[in-house]
Amino acid sequence: MLSKRITRVSEWIIERFIQIAGILGIVLVLVIFFFLLRNALPMFHERTIAEVLTGTRWSPTHGEGHFGMAPLILGSLYVTAGALALSIPLGLATAIFIAEIAPRRVREILKPMVEMLAAIPSVVFGFIGMTIVGPWIAANFDAIQVGQFAALGSLMLCFMALPTIVSICEDAFHNVPREIFNSSLALGATRWQTIRGAVIPAARSGVIAAFLLGLGRAIGETMTVLMVTGNAQVMPEGLEGFIRPVRTMTATIAAEMGETPHGSLHFHSLFTIGLILFVITFSVNTIADIIIRRSEKDIA
Amino acid sequence: MNVRRPHLIDPRISQRVAFTGFWLVALFVTLPLVGIVLYMLYRGGSVINWQLLTSMDGLYPAIVGTTYLVSLTALIAAPVGIGAAIYLSEYAGRGKLVRMIRLAIINLAGVPSVVYGLFGLALFVIILDWGRCLMSGAATLALLVLPLIIAASEEALRQVPRGLREGSLALGASKWQTIRRVVLPNALAGMITGMILSVARAAGETAPILFTAAFYSLSNPFPRTVFDPIIAMPFQLYVTATEEPHVDPAFTWAMAFVLVALVLGLNLVATFIRSRLRRRRW
Repeated sequence: MLSKRITRVSEWIIERFIQIAGILGIVLVLVIFFFLLRNALPMFHERTIAEVLTGTRWSPTHGEGHFGMAPLILGSLYVTAGALALSIPLGLATAIFIAEIAPRRVREILKPMVEMLAAIPSVVFGFIGMTIVGPWIAANFDAIQVGQFAALGSLMLCFMALPTIVSICEDAFHNVPREIFNSSLALGATRWQTIRGAVIPAARSGVIAAFLLGLGRAIGETMTVLMVTGNAQVMPEGLEGFIRPVRTMTATIAAEMGETPHGSLHFHSLFTIGLILFVITFSVNTIADIIIRRSEKDIA
Repeated sequence: MNVRRPHLIDPRISQRVAFTGFWLVALFVTLPLVGIVLYMLYRGGSVINWQLLTSMDGLYPAIVGTTYLVSLTALIAAPVGIGAAIYLSEYAGRGKLVRMIRLAIINLAGVPSVVYGLFGLALFVIILDWGRCLMSGAATLALLVLPLIIAASEEALRQVPRGLREGSLALGASKWQTIRRVVLPNALAGMITGMILSVARAAGETAPILFTAAFYSLSNPFPRTVFDPIIAMPFQLYVTATEEPHVDPAFTWAMAFVLVALVLGLNLVATFIRSRLRRRRW
């Protein structure tokens, strides 16, 4: 009798634990948001939002401290835009290749290799970028004087965002009903015409979702950009900004938080950057998820 | 019969051109992985030796620190992640709550790693007052790998056929008994795959431990309790690469080599187990 009761009680406890673990995801997102907000808000007792977001000078330890985040936000945008400009076409092409063109053997090698790219630590990408790729580019192109610049970050990030983009695009292509493919072939179209005219348009929403998730991945990347983009808190200007050193939002947090006294204005300003990053990635991921779900529903 | 051709270029030729382009792209995207691995072998492989791996002024402290860090991370993340996966796969229905949980997990996976670092700093280091130590770092990394563990475990649980569950329930077992004795043992291998992948991910992450756990040098690099600070490989690599121009480059390359070998090795093991599992017949 007693042992049966113990079993029942322990079962009850375990099932409650499982329930709590289940909803923990929601709790965590809220708690992270709360802590970022809590540590960011004191910033705005002393500075206005407009001042912080549009100010063009970031030098937190100079005098009273200048907390203009425009150079950092623009730095992130430059690096991310460059990364997406490279990784979207590459990722899309790789996904098409894996899903529709590659022979089975090649596909079975290529797919894990692309996934493996995501496993390489970002600090290693950064290390290779700063010791090999950057100096090589600086030595071979006259326009680039220093081996650390925005587009180098984009190039390294492109490969880091690739696995995400390839896997989402590939899922989208697999979800396109085979009937569409076969009917197009039956009408006399070549495989390439079919892919271009029927498969890609049908997978459009998946491709858009891949773009968004790639964006989220690229804007949040820290160590690689910290090591290869040159750490210059200047406003990037025009196309030339891509070949000049910049400083991204993520790199700023990583570079400065270690030496910042807890509770100082500088400390709160770094949490403000964190909050901005969180809001961006949250929106991007949520929109991407809604798009993916809607397209899955359409197909079903 | 004369067939009108609406195309400027023969479609077969444009297909050939396009497909050649795709082959080139595929080759190009494998370049960084192959390049990194080969270059690591060339630069790091030539300097790596037993002495370097096991001596105090070699890589030993960082290897020990990272081992502690990822073990504790796995220890914290595993029960919670597997619990969440069991909930999603065995208990949850299809309601709004589950939809929100899934959205939350997707968002957790998308939070930038440096933002996890900020959160860990605010909660574990400052508010809970654990300080910059092994425990704070592991707790921060545990949050980061949680979505990975949940996804892998849930997939493993869903692959267990319904028939097995129904058979067990029909024999009078309770729901939890069924999960524990029938579902979990059959999903174990898949869950272990998820754990291996999370350990690999945690081992390579730098940004979350920047302000929560890692130090460049310590008088005693071996933590006696979980509240002692540590030295970790990715952080060590970052500092030597960026701030220590006098360190022998061979040393830095050796460190990068060990890190890449560890992370890719773990990933290869996980990929291998997974491919074996997918071929399993019930």
